[in-house]
Amino acid sequence: MMGRVVIVGAVQTRYEPRKAHQAINELVYEVVAGLLKQTGVRMQEIDSMVTASQDAWDGKTISSMSVNEVVGAYLKSEAKVAADGIQALIYGAARILAGAFDYTLIVAHCKESEGQPDEITKVMFDPFCERPLGLNDAVAAGLQARRYISVAGIDSRALALVSQKNHRSAKRNPLAQRSGDYSLDEILAAPSFADPLTELMAGPRSDGACALLLASAEKAAAFGDRAVCIAGMGNSTDSYWTDRDLSEAEALRQAAQRAYTKAGISPDQVDVAEISARYAHEELLYGEALGLWKREELSALLAEKNPLRKRTKVNPSGGPITGNPTTVAGLARVAEGYLQLAQLAGDRQVPGAQVAVAHGASGVCGQSQSVVILRRGNA
Amino acid sequence: MAERVAIVATGQTRHTAKRLDVNLRELITEAVTRALEDADLRIQDIDAVFLGNMEPFEGFMFPELWSVEGWGGYGKPAIKFNTGGTVGTTTTMAAYYYLAAGLYETVLAIGFEKQSEGHTQAAITTVGDPIWERTMMAGAVGNFAVMASTYVHESGVTPEQAAKVAVKARRNACNNEYAHLQMPNITVEEVMQSQMLAHPIRKLDMCPQSDGAVAMVLASEAKAKKLASRPAWIKAVATAHEQQYMGDSPKRLAIMRSQVTASQKVYKAAGIANPRKDLDVAEIYEVATYAEMAMYENLGFCERGQGGVLIDQGVTSMEGELPVNPSGGVLSANPIGATAMIRVAEAALQVMGKAGKRQVPNVHTALATGYGGNAWTDALILSSR
Repeated sequence: MMGRVVIVGAVQTRYEPRKAHQAINELVYEVVAGLLKQTGVRMQEIDSMVTASQDAWDGKTISSMSVNEVVGAYLKSEAKVAADGIQALIYGAARILAGAFDYTLIVAHCKESEGQPDEITKVMFDPFCERPLGLNDAVAAGLQARRYISVAGIDSRALALVSQKNHRSAKRNPLAQRSGDYSLDEILAAPSFADPLTELMAGPRSDGACALLLASAEKAAAFGDRAVCIAGMGNSTDSYWTDRDLSEAEALRQAAQRAYTKAGISPDQVDVAEISARYAHEELLYGEALGLWKREELSALLAEKNPLRKRTKVNPSGGPITGNPTTVAGLARVAEGYLQLAQLAGDRQVPGAQVAVAHGASGVCGQSQSVVILRRGNA
Repeated sequence: MAERVAIVATGQTRHTAKRLDVNLRELITEAVTRALEDADLRIQDIDAVFLGNMEPFEGFMFPELWSVEGWGGYGKPAIKFNTGGTVGTTTTMAAYYYLAAGLYETVLAIGFEKQSEGHTQAAITTVGDPIWERTMMAGAVGNFAVMASTYVHESGVTPEQAAKVAVKARRNACNNEYAHLQMPNITVEEVMQSQMLAHPIRKLDMCPQSDGAVAMVLASEAKAKKLASRPAWIKAVATAHEQQYMGDSPKRLAIMRSQVTASQKVYKAAGIANPRKDLDVAEIYEVATYAEMAMYENLGFCERGQGGVLIDQGVTSMEGELPVNPSGGVLSANPIGATAMIRVAEAALQVMGKAGKRQVPNVHTALATGYGGNAWTDALILSSR
């Protein structure tokens, strides 16, 4: 079991389609300043920072250069992860577990509005055989969604149910970009995103940032219930997307297994799961790989009044389908899990939540998968 | 108490301008295979993989995921870093922290770059702030020219002294089978007559652009002792950042606050009082000849303004008191995503006594540095004990 690193604060921006009034460093300043205020920790006490951003999205080589100063890294130790921010969080936890730092600041940012997503995500693909075909993240998501619903024996109505549930949940999340009571017909009739996904089954283009503060066990005591323990972490890597069955999420199964084992927690003990599902089918596939339900149960679970609710509440924040930029989405899941266990989740609070699972993914069709398990309290 | 961590094996490709015979996956595989062979391990023995690369230079996003079969990543925890020139040391330090935390026992660290497939200098022009700096940026050469000019002004170093750095590097490189530029007959005159790129930097004052990869096996104490008879123990690591805008640190090369801070931190942690005497060898990320001399000063090898004197006196030559870059350094090979890790790997080879023709006798303590981004610095101390 791990238990020597805690989260003591988490701040996100509001997620918006285009934050034209803020440059990237101003966006990051907002969450870092907010975090210092929330935790009462001064920048002078923090010597370690791990950030996450993508050069291709920022249109800038070494994208962390624009945020080093606002994360307080002048003459201090910052490292940039070129993957989802949840990977930055796991590395930050390792820095504390190594005994090297008392605090580590974790920040992820992305302004999807500043680029052309279809052109940017094209460069994730094989340069020789695939890029000339015009593949991009949206096309790959459509292909995966089609493969998944056909293998799982469900139809696009199931995807609409996921979208409906999440947009309804997002009504309670003041940070969410898109929310509302959409009818299934409205979701199914929305403009096509990448067949079978409609625009209401895919997260919208979004700008935002997220910051968390990690602390050692020694520092945790001063934060009382606001310190939430990182009980387990797991990560794994899958084959390149054309070398695997896209209806499976084997790397996530492996990552989850590692995290649950470290935490000594089983999936049926999870109160809240925040899943990085930018596309509706991903929530179904990833929830399965996280052990929250079995594929055979899906149809029955989706037919219920609170879809996908066995014991676990899934994406009470609304999740990335309601608007979270890439790179930020997974770290935001950890932030949401933290807010739930610290009882700071406001209107979206799941009463009595003790254990939360946060999930993040990077690469084409989730080739890199990460899981973080949080437990209430700092023991 | 943190776990002790050591480097137990290394593998490199022959760094060169264009590796047209391999793709990125295959390039990585060469280095990984050599590192695993060096440790007598199979990929199944590796718990996790740490990768460093500057993907804009290949025009890629997640090149490591496309290349996953090249490094045996299926089913393994893996994390990818991008911090500019320092990425190889950033990645090494991450592997160090995970091992020190006891999360893994045996890991791979990999740095790679295939610059021939992209346009590095075009990508580097985007490092500047898009409104305030980008219109004035001109890739790595322009950047270093500005910094070198101020250093020349502050220290009075001469083009001849700079040329001596170039000669030392390319002659040392002749002893390194992996180096890109091996120039046994290079002379000071040749360097001083080479093409002017941006005053005061001439072509032979500057590093090349290379394709190449490096891999290292790192392990926690118990494993390290089994895997190597003489592991290179990581005694101390430190990173220090600079301010973003060059205008905020006008004497950036002459006075590198990041380098002074990071090196003083690792010296203190490793009990090094006098770096020139206490270090047996240094592998530094020098990029340009003028930068190497400035770094001598910032790393405390000499007093301020004495960098040129150090090269004149041969203190940093292979036979000198503190050999710097027996490998030939960045001036002799620069596959950027790999370059800083090559510094660490070369320092580890020296400590392990496995540096072949470029071995400095009796190395117990070595310094490796990385340099990149807004003039930020990584520093590591490796030790035989």
